[in-house]
Amino acid sequence: MPQLRSPDQLDAFRQELSSSGDADTPCISVCAGTGCLAYGADQVIRAFEAEIGKQGLAATVNTKGTGCPGYCEKGPVVVIYPEEICYLGVKPEDVPEIVTRTIVEKKVVARLVYSDPDSGEQAIRESDIPFYKHQERFLLSSNTRIDSKSIDDYLAIGGYTALSKALFRMTAVEVVEEVKKSNLRGRGGGGFPAGRKWEGSRDAPEEVKYVLVNADEGDPGAFMDRALLEGNPHSILEGLIIGGYAIGAHEGYVYVRQEYPLAVENIALAIRHAEEYGLLGENILGSGFDFKVMVHQGAGAFVCGESTALMTALEGRAGEPRPKYVRSNVKGLWNRPSVLNNVETWANVPLIINKGADWFTGYGTEGSKGTKIFSLVGKIANTGLVEVPMGITLRDIVYKIGGGIPGGKKFKAVQTGGPSGGCIPERLLDLEVGFDELTEAGSMMGSGGMIVMDEDTCMVDVARYFLHFLSDESCGKCVPCREGLRQMDRILKNITEGKGQDGDIETLEDLSELAMDASLCALGKSAPNPLLSTLRYFRDEYEAHIKEKRCPSLLCKDLVKYYIDPEKCSACLICLRKCPEGGVVGAKNMIHVIDHEKCTSCGVCFDVCPDRFDAVVKYSGEPVPPPIPEEQRMIDRKKKKDHEQSPSAN
Amino acid sequence: MDAERIDQIIEPYQGAPDLLIQVLLAIQSECNWLPEAALRKTSEKLQVPMSRILHIATFYKAFSLVPKGRHKVHICTGTACHVRGAPRILHTVQELTGIGAGETDLELKFSVETVNCIGCCALGPVIDVDGKVHGNVSTGDTADILEQYK
Repeated sequence: MPQLRSPDQLDAFRQELSSSGDADTPCISVCAGTGCLAYGADQVIRAFEAEIGKQGLAATVNTKGTGCPGYCEKGPVVVIYPEEICYLGVKPEDVPEIVTRTIVEKKVVARLVYSDPDSGEQAIRESDIPFYKHQERFLLSSNTRIDSKSIDDYLAIGGYTALSKALFRMTAVEVVEEVKKSNLRGRGGGGFPAGRKWEGSRDAPEEVKYVLVNADEGDPGAFMDRALLEGNPHSILEGLIIGGYAIGAHEGYVYVRQEYPLAVENIALAIRHAEEYGLLGENILGSGFDFKVMVHQGAGAFVCGESTALMTALEGRAGEPRPKYVRSNVKGLWNRPSVLNNVETWANVPLIINKGADWFTGYGTEGSKGTKIFSLVGKIANTGLVEVPMGITLRDIVYKIGGGIPGGKKFKAVQTGGPSGGCIPERLLDLEVGFDELTEAGSMMGSGGMIVMDEDTCMVDVARYFLHFLSDESCGKCVPCREGLRQMDRILKNITEGKGQDGDIETLEDLSELAMDASLCALGKSAPNPLLSTLRYFRDEYEAHIKEKRCPSLLCKDLVKYYIDPEKCSACLICLRKCPEGGVVGAKNMIHVIDHEKCTSCGVCFDVCPDRFDAVVKYSGEPVPPPIPEEQRMIDRKKKKDHEQSPSAN
Repeated sequence: MDAERIDQIIEPYQGAPDLLIQVLLAIQSECNWLPEAALRKTSEKLQVPMSRILHIATFYKAFSLVPKGRHKVHICTGTACHVRGAPRILHTVQELTGIGAGETDLELKFSVETVNCIGCCALGPVIDVDGKVHGNVSTGDTADILEQYK
């Protein structure tokens, strides 16, 4: 275990690491991120290890469980270096073939590589797959190249060079200036320029200062920060140490959700390794700069992602925000200057220091520079994490990278910014992605959740979902948020249940205005965004719910009735058996009908009815046809069979 | 609850009230809930009043003041799962187990919770039972999944 005491020792050690690993040595990297693990990636890793041992290749082949490469849709993802062959949806039983064909014979297993769903064209290398081709992956690309639990891997790909550069070739002021020049804006949601935040802390008179990592990623449907923490924890740590040096802090905290156990484990391990190597602790690399980092686990409260609430939680109290008459970079944790940045913001810092602010500003729009990671999820063909340059259009993200909407459905909206964001309709799809552009459209950048919705998604239900979430997560300290959001949630719930009244929309607008003006923190101030943006673009859906008691997307349970089409029903008994209420009446050879006295509109019958029959139909806002009379329900199988066979006989 | 084990957990945090949340998380993960005796001990050792401990124990979602069931059923209600039908999955689980989100049945078999995104959005809608993720769940599958747990 080397204690590195100077930048030269660091460079020499890095040399040693890269010369010991032969560039031609095959390396199998299997994604061990949460998504792929859920697909069974751990079994794939074990299968590789077993097979490589069996074939006697253990000395010449390296197997790694790495961080998330982003293509969650096709997990488990396996990339084989140095050829960079990318196999998708790998199962343990595919492993012997991969080892024999690819590792030993250097050939490609064609059935496991990407093939375009339309043209059938295959792409062997990761960078040729359309999902990756349109991305700029500065932050995520390291994830597949390193074992996230190994500091040596991180050092071998140039890790901690930025730290050494900052400590020895730059003054603290120069570091802050460089970050200011790069116009790096906070990736956690607010988009506040990081450099200005740092400068405020550096100039504050107090002796003791802190730098903090906000890894309390609470937005439902977003997992960018987790992928970075799990996949490349050292990049965040390196950024944090540089930040500490820049503002003159000697202590840092990582506030991470306890719901992310692997992230907690990996960042804690990274801290321990960095301490052992002398990259953390006293006199880092002989520079005279001391810095230590602690991990603090959050206990599950969305509001703790808010800066002042997070600091209160770090102090061991209930995470409630406070008014920001004085900014937290001047009076924050324990009333001392504290710079709090998001995981992704910190991960950008080493890149900016290494490559320079001018490189960073070469990407993006006027107001938003660099790249941004989004978690592209919902009704989209390619679910996953995407890192794109700012300024790319939403259309490119949804169609070129995301591969459009699955199942031939029609795109309706994309929701960005998490619960504080809004829904952007199809006609604005050519909008360039940037902090200011999204805010103008009534949404926001937020931390980077991007949820795609299709024609089956009810926008009133989406608004209700977010308001319910926020009213549940409101800490209760200020009245407009605690009471206002609850009332808004109640009104929206009524609307989705068919109990909406005239004037509801106006009341919602009034309450929104109040919550936005009078709430204490950003949670309440931005809570009406999902409601206001859906009202702005999809007002007709609200009106259909209120006036016609109809859900145009056929989703809201209380406004939808199910009906079995007797023409299509083949009396297969599937829905009858699966109905949890016993609400389907029928028998073998007897057309099924729904007993509406028992039906709770749970939709199980709709889901289980085989596609070849497609007999269950949804009705909303119009009466369901009466069930066919009992005497007509018997199916004459023979007759039906003849009838079915006749077209194919032609 | 093993009183000695609780002492072991609290020991390193003695006199450090700012680490209260970390202590409670450790107790929660050991016992699956926060027994009163453990909280009293924490109050004494960390020099924090009980009122503050209860404030924190009820404020944060990770804590429970009642015992939890043998199997923890987490239904993801993150946005991605929501648009893919999570509310209907939740409804079916409620029908099948007879308990709603945040509740535990009388035999202490299941505790049902909703969670905000467990990061497997490609598999949505997702149910996580005791850490095992069941993906692409349909309302029809739910009963089969729950039946695997005794």
